[in-house]
Amino acid sequence: MMSTLRTVALWLERRLHLTKLWNQTAGHPVPASTGSWFYTFGSMTLTCFCIQILTGIFLAMSYVPSAAESYHSLELLNYSIPLGWVLRGIHYWGSTCMVIVMMLHMTQVFLWGAYKYPRELTWISGCILLFVTLGLAFSGQVMRFDTDAYWGVGIGASVAGRIPIIGEALVHILLGGPIIGSDALSRFFSLHVFILPGALLAFVSLHLRLVLGKGINEQPKPGVLVKRETYDKHYSEIIKREGVPFVPAAINKDIVANGILILVIVGLALFVGPNGPGTPADPTIQIADAKPDTPFLWLFACAALLPNGSEPWLFFVFPLVASLLLFLLPFITNEGEKHWRRRPVAVAIVILSYLGIGLLTYEAITGPWSPQMDAWSGLPIKAEYVKGRTPLELQGAVVFQDMQCRNCHAIAGEGGHRGPDLTQVATRMTNPQLVRQVIQGGGNMPAFGKNLSPEQTRALVAYLCSLHPPNVPPAREAVGVLKPIGETQPTPSPTPGNVAVRGEK
Amino acid sequence: MASDDPHEDSAHEMPKYDYSATRRDFMLKLGIGINAIAGALVGIPIIGFFVSSIVKANQPTWVSLGSIDQFPENATRMAVFLNPYRTQADGATANVPCWVKRENGENFTVFAINCAHLGCPVRWFEQSKLFLCPCHGGAYYEDGSRAAGPPPRGLFVYENKVEKGELNIKAGLLPTLANPA
Ligand code: FES
Repeated sequence: MMSTLRTVALWLERRLHLTKLWNQTAGHPVPASTGSWFYTFGSMTLTCFCIQILTGIFLAMSYVPSAAESYHSLELLNYSIPLGWVLRGIHYWGSTCMVIVMMLHMTQVFLWGAYKYPRELTWISGCILLFVTLGLAFSGQVMRFDTDAYWGVGIGASVAGRIPIIGEALVHILLGGPIIGSDALSRFFSLHVFILPGALLAFVSLHLRLVLGKGINEQPKPGVLVKRETYDKHYSEIIKREGVPFVPAAINKDIVANGILILVIVGLALFVGPNGPGTPADPTIQIADAKPDTPFLWLFACAALLPNGSEPWLFFVFPLVASLLLFLLPFITNEGEKHWRRRPVAVAIVILSYLGIGLLTYEAITGPWSPQMDAWSGLPIKAEYVKGRTPLELQGAVVFQDMQCRNCHAIAGEGGHRGPDLTQVATRMTNPQLVRQVIQGGGNMPAFGKNLSPEQTRALVAYLCSLHPPNVPPAREAVGVLKPIGETQPTPSPTPGNVAVRGEK
Repeated sequence: MASDDPHEDSAHEMPKYDYSATRRDFMLKLGIGINAIAGALVGIPIIGFFVSSIVKANQPTWVSLGSIDQFPENATRMAVFLNPYRTQADGATANVPCWVKRENGENFTVFAINCAHLGCPVRWFEQSKLFLCPCHGGAYYEDGSRAAGPPPRGLFVYENKVEKGELNIKAGLLPTLANPA
């Protein structure tokens, strides 16, 4: 029996040269120091990718890439097809985790200086993998084809439409037609299941080939500099001194980390569940929020926060320059110090990037720039803010609600946050200032002059002037005091009547 | 690494190759030529198919929004039309909403639903007479002009005409800055 097995094994070995293959791949020598927790993120990214392929194949068996059917097929997956929801959940959380561990991998490679000579191409192929992965994340979100996805495609088309000259053609290529419909979904489907995974496979192969060919970066030591002339010799000395076969000597922590990762993904899928689909993609339904998935929230926040007119910078110049810098990084700092302790700029870049993306993502989640569309009809003003008011002021509170002021202005923290909270507005602005602001707008507030009758304005401002804490008096005009001596003529009181005339001209 | 396969190394040995052999050279060139033509014959339809969406880029055409009687004067109402270039697979996405403002008589302005900033659907608020965008807080006045927020211009406007008591608009393209309806 043993001898038969041995014969078969030997026969296979003669045909497939497995020992050689093994020695060149899984068993290739790596510096012993790389068997570290910090070196596990790369394999974790690969694991996520495998999970995505596996679950993706099976999801594609039920998913129908048609605008008319996709929603229904996702509902079937969620509620009818046994375990369909688990598969969707794993696919969704696998994608989220893939982006996260990929970012961690990239950060580690950057901080460890692993992109320097001779691993430039490894870094560049990694950057391509990053972009392909983000493309997969975005096109995957489109597969959900609910309102958010629909308007997300709309945002993509609008961004493309802003590109000069080729903008229009690009929009049509993206949408596969003149309008967002089934053709657009099919294009993204093709991208999501054929083109991008194919590209990912190809570049993962290149990436791994380079990792095998140029070796895994040794743990850098402060003060040991990379020099193009000496590094190759230096590395082979390290291998000679402390080289161990990757499998089984350096892979143990990878296995543990990957096991935990898979457990986390499946756990999230089981306990949090799949994402959506939300409201069906019917453009006539007016409840769209159109927020993209987590990896793109920070870009969404940029679009809202950047000053008007800066969009060309945000959408073209910034991505172009940023990706160019990213790709050229190994040539910008090709040699020298690898250890992060001696590279303060690198550390600063990492900290700033994480802070920036983190803050922008937080902003995007809270979305303070979006009006709260139902605040005017759904949030009554709390009793303490109407108690003891005069009839005119009460009338003003009604105007305040009825004119949707509440959608942008909160009272006691409730309501929209697009404009300032008005809980204590009377302490900041005087009656004439408020009249002017309401009628003329300004500072990102629309002018309401045309839509408010003088009586409404008077009532509204009267109410706003009552918004101050009991122990703080409302703001008063300083004009009366500052008037030059000798001038006796009284300032015209800002009755809404004459202000409305002023507002009209 | 030592291999116990005796054939392995010999597999890579070959007699010296004469790269200047002219007959082989001719065949090689012929082969490359044939395949270049074949490649073009396969490639052109593929590329043509892919970019046909530009060529077939349907021009906007007149679509009816129905009788003008459903739109009261001096008011703004949502109207929904079917995308003139819809296909069976489009489902609900073939419905395209727009905002119709009837000034008076047969005087209409029809706004696209898409925000001029990044295309999100703007919503009309009758009381304050504003269009508000849910995405980044763009706001427009009743006449479609920009009131506040990030949009670089006013709302996109569809060309319209009244024929036989029906309101028609020229539609069929997604309004974007590259293609302002
Ligand atoms: S899409 Fe309307 S404000 Fe950005």
